[in-house]
Amino acid sequence: MATWRNLLHNRPRWLGGRGAVIGLPYLFLGAFFLLPFFIVLKISVSEMENVSFKDVLTLQDGVLQLTLKLSTYVFLTEDPLYWRTYVASLQYAAATTVLCLFIGYPFAYFMARARPTAQPALLMLVMLPFWTSFLLRVYAWRGLLTEGGWAAEAITGLGLDRLLLALGLISAPGQLMHTPFSLVLGMTYTYLPFMILPLYGNLAKMDMRLLEAAADLGATPWTAFWKITVPLSKAGIIAGSMLVFIPCVGEFVIPELLGGPETLMIGRVLWDEFFSNNDWPMASAVAVVMVLLIIVPLAIFSRYQAESQEARR
Amino acid sequence: MSAVAADAAFLQIQDVVKEFAGFRAVNQVSLDIARGEIFALLGPSGCGKSTLLRMLAGFEQPTAGRIVLGGRDLAELPPHERPMNMMFQSYALFPHLTVAENIAFGPKREGLPKAQVEERVQRMLELVQLTRFALRKPHQLSGGQQQRVALARSLAKQPQLLLLDEPLGALDKKLREQTQLELVNIVESVGVTCVMVTHDQEEAMAMASRIAIMSEGRMLQVGPPAEVYETPGTRFVADFIGNVNLMDGTLTVDEPDHVVIECADCRHYVGHGITGTVGMAVTVALRPEKIFLSHQPQPDGMNCVQGQVKEIAYLGSFTVYHLRLAGGAMLKASVANTQRHSDQQITWDDQVWANWSPSSQVVLTQ
Amino acid sequence: MRGSSQQFNRWFGRGWLSAGYLFLYLPIVALVVYSFNDSPIPNVWRGFTLKWYVQLASDHEMLGGLWLSLKIAFMTACGSVVLGTLAAFALVKYRRFRGRTLFSGLVSAPLVMPEVVVGLSLLLMLVSVQRALGFPERGMATIWLGHLLLGMAYATVVIQARLSDMNPQLEEAALDLGARPSQVFWLVTLPLIAQSIISAWLLTFTISLDDVVISAFLSGPGSTTMPLVIFSRARLGLNPSVNAVATIVIAIVAVGVVIASYLIARGERQRAQEMAAATRA
Repeated sequence: MATWRNLLHNRPRWLGGRGAVIGLPYLFLGAFFLLPFFIVLKISVSEMENVSFKDVLTLQDGVLQLTLKLSTYVFLTEDPLYWRTYVASLQYAAATTVLCLFIGYPFAYFMARARPTAQPALLMLVMLPFWTSFLLRVYAWRGLLTEGGWAAEAITGLGLDRLLLALGLISAPGQLMHTPFSLVLGMTYTYLPFMILPLYGNLAKMDMRLLEAAADLGATPWTAFWKITVPLSKAGIIAGSMLVFIPCVGEFVIPELLGGPETLMIGRVLWDEFFSNNDWPMASAVAVVMVLLIIVPLAIFSRYQAESQEARR
Repeated sequence: MSAVAADAAFLQIQDVVKEFAGFRAVNQVSLDIARGEIFALLGPSGCGKSTLLRMLAGFEQPTAGRIVLGGRDLAELPPHERPMNMMFQSYALFPHLTVAENIAFGPKREGLPKAQVEERVQRMLELVQLTRFALRKPHQLSGGQQQRVALARSLAKQPQLLLLDEPLGALDKKLREQTQLELVNIVESVGVTCVMVTHDQEEAMAMASRIAIMSEGRMLQVGPPAEVYETPGTRFVADFIGNVNLMDGTLTVDEPDHVVIECADCRHYVGHGITGTVGMAVTVALRPEKIFLSHQPQPDGMNCVQGQVKEIAYLGSFTVYHLRLAGGAMLKASVANTQRHSDQQITWDDQVWANWSPSSQVVLTQ
Repeated sequence: MRGSSQQFNRWFGRGWLSAGYLFLYLPIVALVVYSFNDSPIPNVWRGFTLKWYVQLASDHEMLGGLWLSLKIAFMTACGSVVLGTLAAFALVKYRRFRGRTLFSGLVSAPLVMPEVVVGLSLLLMLVSVQRALGFPERGMATIWLGHLLLGMAYATVVIQARLSDMNPQLEEAALDLGARPSQVFWLVTLPLIAQSIISAWLLTFTISLDDVVISAFLSGPGSTTMPLVIFSRARLGLNPSVNAVATIVIAIVAVGVVIASYLIARGERQRAQEMAAATRA
């Protein structure tokens, strides 16, 4: 009984349980998500010795010595391959995000404007591909885009491949696979649901009466769209864009299956450094720089998540 | 301790303070509530009444002060061990349980045998006349029915104290009037002490045996509805409850059995003495329904004022006339429409006299 | 004027949606069609056959991978739901605690962090631990750990959404009626978030079943998951056995999603009927 009084004065309703509820997931994330990053950081500045590392912190003659091997990073910044690949990754990710937005926004918009009875079905139809293996669907594009595949036939048949050639997206007419075109197509395809879902969630909740008010005040539908609908869906646009852009930067599977030698992305570099070259410090350094590159979008996304939690309260 | 004294202090709220990050939601409130009373906490939003109620229920802890129920300090008890039950503003009926299961929830937690729980549930359903709806789920009921389930659920454990948080807030006007009386009947038949929180004055006055007016965390006045309405102690209370005309003036005659107050447009003769000195600034509170309109002033020239009718609001059972006085101030007079077609036709821009009797004003010094 | 622009809007909308859905489903249809193609060279239709499916029955590598993936997916789903519920509670119920911003960031980061980074960092940590303590060996458990990290993030999002929509007065009412805090959770909170917990379970199951990169980093000898088998085959070129597996997966998922949607729709219709009956009373 006496303990109740003490605990009550600290306000929590769930008392002793509170520590476990917060602590358990926190500990899990700290141990398996946060801590590993620090280890990666440490390894990126370590010397690789056969299969193990020299310790960064050593005790020599009774004095703690900090041996940081920064040459890995130096190499990273000096070798143009890495620099170009980082830039290319950011560019591909940006292109994918823009395409997803271009295709996905009207998609989500018309979904949200459809009859309320039809919307659950429409949503389910978007979710269904999402639930089927993405690996298999990306693999399917391989079939579709190789010579003789349906999409390849359609595109060459319509003469669009010459347009793509002119844009520099493919290097030879009829050769649609292993090109920037196939890569961006594959990534856009895979990440499209990630753009549509937050946008739809946002647009579906929008108060239609705002548009009625705008019309009443003399705005044309086009004006109302740009002045009211789009600004109000900003949160959805940001969420969708971050959900597409950030993972795209480090994407590995799609470039591997649909990309080619000229579409090198940083995820592939990391993979090769680790699995092919067995150069763990290098792979770690590549990872660290990758995280640094996406730290700003990551912060934006994190803040958006926190804000949308607050808004729900 | 005599029975009367014990009853008078059944629920004691002693100097309770609640602070939230430097802001005092409840500021030194003390109340004694008797057993079997229906007590209303009345005040505008943000006055602290809901916070006080939540402290009674145990969802908030007082920063200072004590709450004592039947001689027992409640600070030791968490919400699920307190002998009181609350009816929430949103009803908070468990959507996944039927009406019967909702009502049975409390008794089951007590560990009562199944037969007794069943019997309790049946009795509650009969009390609120929802026996037919026992197996429905909350979303299948109308607003009024949901409210009755919430009431039945909060009475099922036969609590010592019933807490009502804006009980009629979600109902429309017609239903509200009906339900007010029903609610009082049920509570009185069960005999449970009841503390209710509301911002609706009519609700408080119709249902409660005593009202406490709160504002900005403080208790301003406590008393039976008639006392609070007819004898407000401050300008705030006079203005908050009902409609009132407030006239500032100076005390010119101070006798033990009568006083005279000189206001800008009129002179008040009040038929009783007040504590004060000549020359003191006071406010006279006069309720609109105490005024009667005629084309003649009072014979002694006091307790009357002439004004021009500027607004007429016809409200069916009575009409409110807004008069502009000579000095520019407005006076509200409320006249009951006792006849279907009145022969006294007062219309806009008429010059009329507002008259009232010497006992109908209240003199306020704060 | 308004009428014609509304008309245009409607047809444009239908057109865009149709084209979009076509785009989304084209690969799926292609996969299914070519799984029946009697030709080792894909894209050249030679005839209808079921031989790839028959071959699948004796494809030990693929079947072994499938079994392993199912086991891991099941464990991932269960673990993610538990951790996700805890994290969702922490974020929704406790408004202020030390390190809350960091916690919130950590919970949502795995949603977007590139998998190569997550996989690499987790692996390097496990290797360091293994060097120090002698365990864990890379295998099923380590893959599970990686999937759990990802799954927890998704589960938290789903459960948190439902939890924050729930009326907090329901839990207060339960307390008020005498339920102890643990009883409040089991009797009131859990039933109300049950649907989101099931959704989270299914979602994390799918994500785990489908994962390639994290599995690749964290797998050991003898612990090859089905996606890894498919990936290695797909890398080499087009392979009809993959089409066959794909069709089976698609069929199962399609059936599952359709059944789930039907059940939800029926539940909604029932509720609408009951509401109509209630208002008449």
